Amino acid sequence: MKIGVLALQGDFIEHVHALRRIGMDSSEVRLPQQLDEIDGLIIPGGESTTIGKLAIDFELMEPLRAFGQDKAIWGTCAGAIFLSKDARREQPLLELMDITVERNAFGRQVDSFEVDLDVPALETVAPSWSPYHAIFIRAPLIESVQKDTQTLASLPDGRIVAARQGHWLATVFHPELTSDDRFHLYFAEMIRTN
Amino acid sequence: MEKQVGTFAVKKGLAQMLKGGVIMDVVTAEHARIAEDAGAVAVMALERVPADIRADGGVARMSDPGLIEEIMETVSIPVMAKVRIGHFVEAQILESLGVDYVDESEVLTPADEEHHIYKHGFKIPFVCGCRNLGEALRRIGEGAAMIRTKGEAGTGDVVEAVRHARSVLGAIRRLENMPDEELMAYAKNIGAPFEIVKETKELGRLPVVNFAAGGLATPADAALMMQLGVDGVFVGSGIFKSGDPAQRAAAIVKATTHFNDPAILADVSRNLGEPMVGRQVTDIPEAELIAKRGW
Repeated sequence: MKIGVLALQGDFIEHVHALRRIGMDSSEVRLPQQLDEIDGLIIPGGESTTIGKLAIDFELMEPLRAFGQDKAIWGTCAGAIFLSKDARREQPLLELMDITVERNAFGRQVDSFEVDLDVPALETVAPSWSPYHAIFIRAPLIESVQKDTQTLASLPDGRIVAARQGHWLATVFHPELTSDDRFHLYFAEMIRTN
Repeated sequence: MEKQVGTFAVKKGLAQMLKGGVIMDVVTAEHARIAEDAGAVAVMALERVPADIRADGGVARMSDPGLIEEIMETVSIPVMAKVRIGHFVEAQILESLGVDYVDESEVLTPADEEHHIYKHGFKIPFVCGCRNLGEALRRIGEGAAMIRTKGEAGTGDVVEAVRHARSVLGAIRRLENMPDEELMAYAKNIGAPFEIVKETKELGRLPVVNFAAGGLATPADAALMMQLGVDGVFVGSGIFKSGDPAQRAAAIVKATTHFNDPAILADVSRNLGEPMVGRQVTDIPEAELIAKRGW
């Protein structure tokens, strides 16, 4: 099993390192044909406008949508925006997952933060419960989820920060910036059971 | 745990999100829009690009807050702005404006020839220039959450950017093979904090993101720096001093992503129009060199 990481721009190396830590094969994806070699795809953090523009320039939009029809995709931060159906502004999106996101929902960099989250779904990969320490960088918010999308984590005030719809996963924070690999294990498990 | 803001992890984290990208100097809101549309990951808001600062002479200072705010309102990507080396009040002003990153930059006229800003004291992150590993690690010691090799700004000549990137990256490669008992003497010799020297050896890279800057003007220049091993690039005068800024900006963005693919690099380099008029670094009198500001 091999997990691809979209390497157009952003912190893709951090995801590659996390995958290596959990013993997964990975490869960087910059061109459409590279999607053929992988079983699941991570879209990293970065600037969603840059990633969207490069995906159009290198004719990745339709191949990514086709890949997402039956293969697992996980978007972190910018990746979650890119995966969404609606980001409330004009910018290229894959329009796969039934979530509405709001970009820079918490404000500018000075408002970026770290906080502990309660993520019950992670107990499937790491049975002993402990809080998940999450890093939010100029983060978006999942304003609402639609259809069969499930909320996986929320802030204490109820705002949604992680969600799953079948074989699609969205987190607005950055598991790749910490050494806690439970989300990477969770995504690997999603690919296995898909 | 309660929510925490302004931690080193979130400061450094924003730079990690910029990796593999191009940060562009802009002097108007219109430039900023062109840069964002071309795929810039961030813009550096300033009143004059380095080539003009060099040509005009005089004292170069932090930009007008009004200009910075206008640019912040225009684009959705992060906005950076420059302060003079050691000018912590300019940095306080930028923090109050809410800019996303402060560049304590040698491109502006230094306010302090001995001391850089104590950057750990701020909630907003800082990027600082360096010419070698010692300088990079001193800045990180003061709290810089991102490093850029200096190059020679406003010249369109990539030679200094290459020199500084090779200096930093080469020193790290040698450090990786250095026995631990030599680290203290090495830290003393390069004037860098011991703990950060040790951390750099263990990581095999700088503990923060490292971009290249200073003299990049073409897609090939950006790809050259990426192949040398930096995490991303700053392009200052090279874009808006060229014949067709929008097209050149987009080409440099593509070249930074596909830096290892010569066929794509050839494709994006085609018909770009006039590059900025360069100035060979070796023709510039010693006193006018920008990179030697700061220590």
